[in-house]
Amino acid sequence: MLAVLKVVRAVAVVVTRFYITACTALLLLLPLVARSAILPEDRADLLYHSYDGGGVTIEGPSILVRKQVGDSFSVSGNYYVDSVTSASIDVITTASPYNEERTEYSASMDYLRDNVTISTAYTQSEENDFKAKSLHLGISQEIFGGLTTVTLGYSRGWDTVGRLGDPAFAEDVDRENYRISVSQILTKNLLMELGVETITDEGFLNNPYRQVRYLSTSPRGYDYEEEVYPNTRTSNSLALRAKYYLPYRAALHGEYRFFTDTWGIDANTFEIGYTHPFRDNWIFDFKVRSYKQNSADFYNDLFPFQGAQNFLARDKELSTFSSLSIGFGVSYEVNKKFLNFIDRGSINFSINNIQFDYDDFRDVRVSATPGTEPLYSFDANVIQLFVSLWY
Amino acid sequence: MNRLISLLVISAGLIASGCSDIEPWVKPYERDRLADPIMSFSRDPVSSSYLHHVYQAREGARGAEGGQGGGCGCN
Repeated sequence: MLAVLKVVRAVAVVVTRFYITACTALLLLLPLVARSAILPEDRADLLYHSYDGGGVTIEGPSILVRKQVGDSFSVSGNYYVDSVTSASIDVITTASPYNEERTEYSASMDYLRDNVTISTAYTQSEENDFKAKSLHLGISQEIFGGLTTVTLGYSRGWDTVGRLGDPAFAEDVDRENYRISVSQILTKNLLMELGVETITDEGFLNNPYRQVRYLSTSPRGYDYEEEVYPNTRTSNSLALRAKYYLPYRAALHGEYRFFTDTWGIDANTFEIGYTHPFRDNWIFDFKVRSYKQNSADFYNDLFPFQGAQNFLARDKELSTFSSLSIGFGVSYEVNKKFLNFIDRGSINFSINNIQFDYDDFRDVRVSATPGTEPLYSFDANVIQLFVSLWY
Repeated sequence: MNRLISLLVISAGLIASGCSDIEPWVKPYERDRLADPIMSFSRDPVSSSYLHHVYQAREGARGAEGGQGGGCGCN
């Protein structure tokens, strides 16, 4: 297993080093091997989402509308809201429970010309202490008679981090994403996709409210100080996914992703799923996803003393942990035209249960000798209910 | 490095010249199963984009999720 991980890591590093060069070369050459492509379908989705777990509830709508304009353009707009009520373990041990709302708007445009699809998108999100803007560019091309699709992408993001109660606090983060994916028809029943993405961040990368704890002579045995992160981070991800059409009308899918970053985090994600249509109108989905990561180099649940090192983190997202998600979804399709301008629609429900188990993040709500508190774990339910219309 | 760049350029040249004449081994008329919506990696973009957001906000890993990507714009 270790040898496999080393090989995967080596492949990820080699691919990352050279795929920016590859992107440039392919951008120049793709039009020479052009075949066929189509624009995305015209559809509208109205989604209600809900996350409930670990003392946090987040819910809200997401509305996505896409429409073709003329023969060559397709435009889309997305409105998304997270309404957050948080009394998570981080909040109740070092701060006060809070409510907040995050609103996100996106607009995108796809342009199809001579079998090349060029995509652009702009996203803006805002909450009372965090603003984010990002611009996305992509180019996609089918080659080898439509057996292979190559997609290149680049994103640039600009965030502004604030801190409630401190109007003078405003820090910037700049982000860049480079993506390349190749999807391949292997047989008349099997599709595969390989994706690689490099992300770089620069700026204020820690959470302005989170704190780390260190051993002290106080009555409880420890105290808190502000966390300090490096102000740069670069990560590489490599994902391989496959979808297989079974001898009867049903599909299996599998996915593996390897992740590594300059903070010392390595992560592995595995997912398998099964899609089963039933009669003409129903589709059932089942999936299991396993995720495991090791901690960042500068993470510690309990530092030996104040200012023990130059970078300090106790965010559980940077700790060593694993999670297991089990998901179920059902979709009911209405084929008849129930309005003049609507061709068909579907009603969809899905639930995912995620169990998080932390290996070096302790539950300090329990009084015990510092460093011997029970390890923290929690589970969350993620529910989606949405209606889709095609027109 | 130079060897890999040379390899890339040669491969790209082959793609641009001879390989574009490769006969697709799965003919267009044999792709009806692949065109079935159940074979889509992201059948409902609004839903998969939301789930990526859920995971990104709680995990150290990010990227290569498929779809447009670009981060979750959250802290």
